[in-house]
Amino acid sequence: MIKHLLSIRDLDADGIERVLQSSQFFRDNMGRKFPTLRLKTVVNFFYEASTRTRTSFELAAKRLSADVLNFAAGGSSVEKGESLKDTAQTIEAMGVDCIIARHSSAGAPNRLAEWVSASVINAGDGMHEHPTQALLDLFTIRRHFPSFEGLRVAIVGDVVHSRVARSDVLGLQTMGADVTICAPPTLLPPGVETWGANVTTELDPLLPELDVCYLLRMQLERQKRGYVPSLREYARIWGLDRRRAALLPERSLIMHPGPMNRGVEIAADVAEFPRSVITDQVTNGIAVRQALLYLMLGGPEAKEEVPDTV
Amino acid sequence: MLDVRIEKGLVAEVRSSLPENGATVVDCTGLVVAPALVDLHTHLREPGREDAETIESGSRAGALGGYGALCAMANTTPVADSAAVVEQVFNIGRAVGLVDVFPVGAITVDLEGEKLAEIGEMHASKAQVNFFSDDGKCVQDSGLMRRALEYAKAFDAIIANHAEDRGLAEGGSMNEGEVSGILGIPGVPDEAEELIIARDLALTKLTGSRLHVPHVSTAGSVELIRVAKRAGVRVTAEVTPHHLSLTDTLVASFDPVFKVAPPLRTRADIEVLSAGLADGTIDCVATDHAPHAQEDKEKEFDKAPPGMLGLETALAVLITELVVPGRLTVSELVDRMSTAPARIRGLDGHGGPVAAGAPGTLVVFDLEARWVVEPARLASLSDNTPFAGRELQGKVVHTMLRGKFTVRDGEVVHGQG
Ligand SMILES: [Zn+2]
Repeated sequence: MIKHLLSIRDLDADGIERVLQSSQFFRDNMGRKFPTLRLKTVVNFFYEASTRTRTSFELAAKRLSADVLNFAAGGSSVEKGESLKDTAQTIEAMGVDCIIARHSSAGAPNRLAEWVSASVINAGDGMHEHPTQALLDLFTIRRHFPSFEGLRVAIVGDVVHSRVARSDVLGLQTMGADVTICAPPTLLPPGVETWGANVTTELDPLLPELDVCYLLRMQLERQKRGYVPSLREYARIWGLDRRRAALLPERSLIMHPGPMNRGVEIAADVAEFPRSVITDQVTNGIAVRQALLYLMLGGPEAKEEVPDTV
Repeated sequence: MLDVRIEKGLVAEVRSSLPENGATVVDCTGLVVAPALVDLHTHLREPGREDAETIESGSRAGALGGYGALCAMANTTPVADSAAVVEQVFNIGRAVGLVDVFPVGAITVDLEGEKLAEIGEMHASKAQVNFFSDDGKCVQDSGLMRRALEYAKAFDAIIANHAEDRGLAEGGSMNEGEVSGILGIPGVPDEAEELIIARDLALTKLTGSRLHVPHVSTAGSVELIRVAKRAGVRVTAEVTPHHLSLTDTLVASFDPVFKVAPPLRTRADIEVLSAGLADGTIDCVATDHAPHAQEDKEKEFDKAPPGMLGLETALAVLITELVVPGRLTVSELVDRMSTAPARIRGLDGHGGPVAAGAPGTLVVFDLEARWVVEPARLASLSDNTPFAGRELQGKVVHTMLRGKFTVRDGEVVHGQG
């Protein structure tokens, strides 16, 4: 298994498949505690606040019996001007096996991986990537469709500022899905036409064809910076409201990485539709992170308890 | 190949196999002899950030790189926006004596882009400043830029404006394009540079002044300058060794050593920049040597300051990237790195042909020698070279300033000045 997970590119289709299969085991045994990572230490190294992701990793690590340290930049030496490198090396000196890094700067986990000997898992870096989100999204989709091959997925909204979008587009394409990116032109990344996805600004014509409609969180401060004229206008043109949701085929899933802005990218009632798997994504996130920690840190003794084939 | 005999600081004789009869004879067997290099764009960091570079350490780096003259940019602390600061820099440069340090004066007070600095006072000072730039910052206000160009005419001075439109560049820390889109790092589009160059060219035409465009980085900028030159606008331009050799794909390492302003662009830009340098649209090469202390560069990519070292690698990068592949001849190389910059800045005693009666301000370099760039072995106080670990071809053997060795057999000679 890989040493670091910095980008979803670090896993090929076989690697992703392995994570998804192990995730299924942990999903089926949700709530059980395993001794797999006893005496291993995992640090949640969060330079950017995220209770949701931090808690998910913390639960995953604890259910594998790892010791978990939580490090948050707020109120720490970071605020006193200590550099990323110094902080990383201090944490390293405490003898951790894995650093789970969340940072507001793209590439910060890549830098950490160069400076420390522990494994590094990217838990979201700036606008770059969020590979474990992609894995949990793939896992959530896998539970509803037999194969990714030819699956039609739309990723809708603020793609340019979204690390979730970058990892999801790559992960979905690696698994053979047919991805369409849909956003206002101001929220499309430069060079998006080279990503191998279809790109459109129009949502309505897409909907009747979709297997998955993935809505991205609209970052509210973007409105102030003039990426869209108003949130009301955005909701009207790119938001998934009841009328649009009705255009989706019966089989299709509605997904969102959370936290949602109800009434902006997704209407309040649409989020509650039976085909919405938004809360499943949260539950699946714990199983996927357990699988990843198990595969990356578990070592040979773990194999007896959790065979790869389950 | 020729030897050079130096007498009283001047070249006395250039011919093959000169005998050593008392005078200094520089053995140039198998080597290229040229006027010492001239850099129009150096950040020496003194006063203010002597931990990153001093005038002395930068002078050593310059001499080792084959330079006889460095133009020290004004974005120091305090800013070189007064006669007092430019004279201080000039005097320290003289006292060190390894290269001639010519201070660049700020265009505006404190580089704030609001009020003209005392251009006339700086020109009248001992430093005789005739070159002004807020480099690191761009003069955004078109009215103020017009006045700077107009006012400088009184001294036949040159205005060099770091071309970067604030609104388009805001938040960007690399080239905007395919790579920035994938990395999720906000980019600076080519147009941020090109809009300001187009505006400055229009204002230069309007005022009949002299404009110098520093560190041109995009294909579109080369075309703008080409058209303006044809139309008779008094514009000159420079390109850096890194913009001629490195692309934005290197940013995928997230190593801030590859962060620079303007940012590293694409292979297509390099092609046009190289062609523009070869055909003279881009007049010269300047290093934009920008040392930064290690702790400043060990930050996250978006938080680290832009800038790269350049003085000690410039000649070798140009030889490796342009001369070896046959895109530039050795005499064109010498023109772009010495003669042309000296002519732009009007530096007597620099950049002239090596002939009897010329100043003994020379560089002697080996076109064939290969070496690997090791940051720790560079004379600069900082380590931020983007060429670390790269093998380059071409090495400075000797550098002379007015007939005295500043570098001999690749080592700095002390006790000058
Ligand atoms: Zn500049």
